[in-house]
Amino acid sequence: MKELSCQLLVIGAGPGGYVCAIRAGQLGLDTVVVEAARPGGVCLTVGCIPSKALIHVAEEYAKAAAAAASGTPFGLHAPPPELDLAQAVSWKEGIVERLTLGVAQLLKRAGVKSVAGWARFRDGKTVEVETATGPQVIRAENVVIATGSTPVELPALPFGGKVISSSEALKLTRPPERLVVVGAGYIGLELGTAFAKLGSRVTVVEAEDRILPQWDRELTRPVAKRLETLGVEIILRAKARRLSSDATALVVETAEGEERRLPADQVLVTVGRRPLVEGWGLEELDLDRDGPFLRIDGQCRTSMRGVYAIGDVTGEPMLAHRAMAQGHMVAEILADKPRAWDTRAIPAVCFTDPEVVCVGLSPEEARATGREIRLGQFPFSANGRAMTLGADAGGSDAGFVRVVARADNHLVLGVQAVGPGVSELSAAFILAIEMGARLEDIAGTIHAHPTQSEAFPEAALKALGQGLHV
Amino acid sequence: MAELVIKLPDIGEGVAEAELVEWQVQVGDLVREDDTLAAVMTDKATVEIPAPRDGTVAWLGAEVGEKIAVGAPLAKLTVAGEGDTEAESAAEPEPAREQEAEAAEAPAAPPEPQPAKVRTKEADAEPPVSARPGPVLGGSALPRPEGERPLASPAVRLRAREAGIDLRQVQGTGPAGRITHEDLDTFTKGGTALGRLQRRTEVEEIRIIGLRRRIAERMTLAKDRIAHITYVEEVDVTALEDLRGKLNAEDRDGLRLTILPFLILALVRAVEEQPLVNALFDDEAGILHRHAAVHVGIATQTPGGLMVPVVRHAEARGLRDCAAELARVTAAARDGSARQEELSGSTITITSLGALGGIMSTPIINHPEVAIVGVNKIAVRPHWDGQGFVPRKMMNLSSSFDHRVIDGWNAASFVQRLKTLLETPAMLFMEVP
Repeated sequence: MKELSCQLLVIGAGPGGYVCAIRAGQLGLDTVVVEAARPGGVCLTVGCIPSKALIHVAEEYAKAAAAAASGTPFGLHAPPPELDLAQAVSWKEGIVERLTLGVAQLLKRAGVKSVAGWARFRDGKTVEVETATGPQVIRAENVVIATGSTPVELPALPFGGKVISSSEALKLTRPPERLVVVGAGYIGLELGTAFAKLGSRVTVVEAEDRILPQWDRELTRPVAKRLETLGVEIILRAKARRLSSDATALVVETAEGEERRLPADQVLVTVGRRPLVEGWGLEELDLDRDGPFLRIDGQCRTSMRGVYAIGDVTGEPMLAHRAMAQGHMVAEILADKPRAWDTRAIPAVCFTDPEVVCVGLSPEEARATGREIRLGQFPFSANGRAMTLGADAGGSDAGFVRVVARADNHLVLGVQAVGPGVSELSAAFILAIEMGARLEDIAGTIHAHPTQSEAFPEAALKALGQGLHV
Repeated sequence: MAELVIKLPDIGEGVAEAELVEWQVQVGDLVREDDTLAAVMTDKATVEIPAPRDGTVAWLGAEVGEKIAVGAPLAKLTVAGEGDTEAESAAEPEPAREQEAEAAEAPAAPPEPQPAKVRTKEADAEPPVSARPGPVLGGSALPRPEGERPLASPAVRLRAREAGIDLRQVQGTGPAGRITHEDLDTFTKGGTALGRLQRRTEVEEIRIIGLRRRIAERMTLAKDRIAHITYVEEVDVTALEDLRGKLNAEDRDGLRLTILPFLILALVRAVEEQPLVNALFDDEAGILHRHAAVHVGIATQTPGGLMVPVVRHAEARGLRDCAAELARVTAAARDGSARQEELSGSTITITSLGALGGIMSTPIINHPEVAIVGVNKIAVRPHWDGQGFVPRKMMNLSSSFDHRVIDGWNAASFVQRLKTLLETPAMLFMEVP
């Protein structure tokens, strides 16, 4: 059996793992990364990137279709568009290909050795990898577990056949005529919206009493409104029971306790993700757990010396940028740099239509700290740039930016926004929070006109009681 | 004419009320701007409340001893022209500037009670929030509440971590108490620690030159050559202090008597019994020069360092003469006008640290003298008078002698004589038998 030793072994080349490996390599650590699939993890291959590609295609198609159907307010008419979804999928695959190759090259350039295969712990310092060329033993001074997460499967609706996860949904070459989405979280709504735009008749089943239950109710209202215009049916307080015996419909139990058949060509189950903690020998290590996750401390150390964990396997929020920051930090810690997790906030973006951004504390969370707070909200319906983008339609449902600040010293605690393209505004929001900005800092910063970003200082001014444009 | 209400200003972080301890004005008094109206006391400090403008006191809002809430009316002035509003606009910009300057210069300073005149009108005014000075928004000196995360940019956090600095200990002077790079600089230089002591490593080199070097040489000489014996005795100076008080109350020529002229008289008398202590020992020649004259050196702290001006021929001086000469030569030594002969030739020396005097000291003899008398601080101490404890004003004398030529017995006898004379001051003035 081949043997290899190194200073650092990273298990999993997702966003957390590959960033950790690259940084470790840059810092001169002898690093090996093991990945069973392509580098890039869920994010690059079946998550963030491909879903955004699909969402973009769907949006472009929807615009063209709208122009064909009823024209536009500004007089654009077009013939009915045609979409070759297979081509769109291969275009998307091209993007994924470029990115995963890019990651592989970055790893190589940083002097990181990549081993393709499935790793399994023998003990805290030794891993056995099943590679195409046979088993490989890797001994490491330090190990970083970055095994990520996997979609949650419903026992009554195991994946397979008509029941698919987000990964399969991204590979569909034809929009299903009738799509039932189980779970109105951000993944389900992002994909459900995309398929609705592509022409599918979409029904969303949610057990809670509203969509995006993890998100602020006010923020989700414009999303619900848009789903309605897209003809998406939302069934709340309902539970997915089973596939009908002829496999043509999903049987759900409604809030009233009645069973209802929802005809479906595909059933997309997006009821969350769970950490991937089996299949790689966790039982050999007996690491402490935090619920389903691996327990880590402020430096991503697990309960075993020399074993670190980063990314989705360590808990919520299961977001790529959190994993990347953790990976970066752990690499520097292993290079003897003093580092610890000390960020104030992790931005969360939901690429629904319109997009939703949450940074820092929501008004409820801020109030829960027992402090007096100030809120300022500015609607995009009063923003010039939003109007010129045709993004103001719907009045109050056009979206807004909301700032949450401490009443005593005006420190910005959180920023939320909903509206077309607000994902890009998240940069300004998170920077404000990390830099410790006060409302006056935001209000006193000149934002370019005409841009949607002007809604940010306007919201801050409103929180100060000095709103200008509303 | 108008009425100006003076409210109790915000006199410090976390202070909600203050006790009125003094009115310096009465209703009907004319006051000028900045005249003190009242003094209030918080648990941190006593703060004087000045008049914001010229006017006549029309109303006093509290009795001495009452607690007043911050922002509550304290007094009313009748002023010329308009009342409250005019005063605000005239005075508002200045405090803002002052505050900023203060924050910039002394980021480490704990929240001082604000100069009350600056803030007096603020309670009336509600200036724009962003322009309002004050600890809440400025955050310049706000102590961070327990358990609250320090606010700092990622770059500052990284720098602190690399420098091994716990940001929880660093005072933030930025907006909302944000810790800036400058705060880190200050912290690493040893300032603004919140709560914990800092190590300091810098060493300053101070050249020992001039008078300081002479002092060093003389001290080394004295310690090298002289076998010191130090003898401490307590003296009940109640009677002496009584006498001194009465003499000073008469105040005949503006000359205030300290304890020292009395001690000089006592020295003169004690030396008569123990003449060996008033001598210069030429140890190289092996000769002790016993002096008939008593030239009393007075160890004196001057701006340049320790000097010993001399009251010459104390044996030929009365009390007030001693006091006057003592005052003259010590003043001359302090202002640098003393002539050489006023700074040399002493035959015995007195050293007194005055109010700082402590309970004992080990004086170093002014070589080639053989005795020095150190005066320690007078304090009221319980004294057993045979039946009970009575409060007496007690003073220790810590006296050193050159044991090469003065035996312990002589030294003790000399000090006991001093004690007797000082405890019964009438004996100082009796004619020599």
